Amino acid sequence: MKSMAQLLHEHPFFAGMEPEHLDFIAGCGENHIYNAGDYIARENAPADHFFLIRDGQVAVECYVPNYGSLCLQTLHSGDIFGWSWLFPPHLWTFDAHALDEVHAIRLDGKCLREKCESDPKFGYELMKRFAHIITDRLRATRIQLMDIYGQRRPPMDSGQ
Amino acid sequence: MIPTLFRIDRRYEEHAGTFTLQLNPPLGSDTTGFRPGQFNMLYAFGAGEVPISISGSPSDKNGLVHTFRTHGLVTLALARLGEGDSIGVRGPFGDGWPLEQIAGKDLLIVAGGLGLAPLRPVIYGVMEGILGQRKATLFYGARRPQEMLYRNEMSSWREKMELELSVDHAVAGWQGRVGVVTGPLAAVEIDVANSVVFLCGPEIMMRFCIRVLEEKGVPLSSIYLSMERNMKCATGHCGHCQWGPNFICKDGPVFCYGSVSRWFNIRAL
Repeated sequence: MKSMAQLLHEHPFFAGMEPEHLDFIAGCGENHIYNAGDYIARENAPADHFFLIRDGQVAVECYVPNYGSLCLQTLHSGDIFGWSWLFPPHLWTFDAHALDEVHAIRLDGKCLREKCESDPKFGYELMKRFAHIITDRLRATRIQLMDIYGQRRPPMDSGQ
Repeated sequence: MIPTLFRIDRRYEEHAGTFTLQLNPPLGSDTTGFRPGQFNMLYAFGAGEVPISISGSPSDKNGLVHTFRTHGLVTLALARLGEGDSIGVRGPFGDGWPLEQIAGKDLLIVAGGLGLAPLRPVIYGVMEGILGQRKATLFYGARRPQEMLYRNEMSSWREKMELELSVDHAVAGWQGRVGVVTGPLAAVEIDVANSVVFLCGPEIMMRFCIRVLEEKGVPLSSIYLSMERNMKCATGHCGHCQWGPNFICKDGPVFCYGSVSRWFNIRAL
């Protein structure tokens, strides 16, 4: 069975990270299994963790009154989710729930926050990696907003 | 070229504003042969002609199948036609998908919205086992689950290929991904030296997919895409669909991205 440090080391998110930093992060991590339908995060609840999905699908949702839960995005094996632990007030901004059995590594953001404050080099390394994920998500959201499957070119069929 | 009179044998609405027509020629004539990726000019009498890609199987002898979205006067006129009505057909035209490139390689079919229609003949080739590909994967994105084309066929497609379906907006019960098609494309491992990518959808969607493929190291010469412009004559004479040095109707609509990347990235074209 692989150790937590080995599991993290194999993930691209942690590629190139100093071994002692990785060991520290591994010390803040634990394996978790969520059943289909389980909520992994709840809007406005304290966000003290982030997650590395090893297997399964997670829906990021927003509850809309008189409608129900609206799925904004699904995340899959290999994805990392959760950055609310990084920024005050450290509360989740969306719900996240398991669509099927989800195997995830849950990392203690509260513990990492303190380490980031006391060790700026470590903090910068981690922040760079999260900035990359946030940029990717922003790019995906922008593309989603563009409605790229609609045909917005000059009409092929002018009827003339 | 003079249009041949075809009869609409079957008409159904895939979803609001998008229709599929199955056309048959007059009895005794056999004018339904085509290569995947080619298109026909469909003529709605009194309204005009539009280029529509062929979305059926080349080996299906039950007629030509076309899927189109109402987009202007002619497509609206086509949508108003019913089973038994007549329609004019010229074609097939253009260069199709390079099926000879697939043998022994992984085939990645990437489609967005209506872009699945010109790729369905390739999927039928995979289903019939005649392409010799190593592994086939379909990445298909649409706005909503109900706007996905050919949903009733997808369970059978899964027997021969992997399907990565994604929508921008999900509804209850949706089992696929929510997000843009570039997500699953970025997540998949690609054997870049032994893969070929067929890409079709709105140009903006293709641009973002190409960006992902380039980042993953897929050679530009292994990416093929189907382009659309204002095609009129379909024989390379009128110049309406000129794109750089190419005429989409005659030199395309399928191009190797490696040979057209220069034109693809010029904004005014």
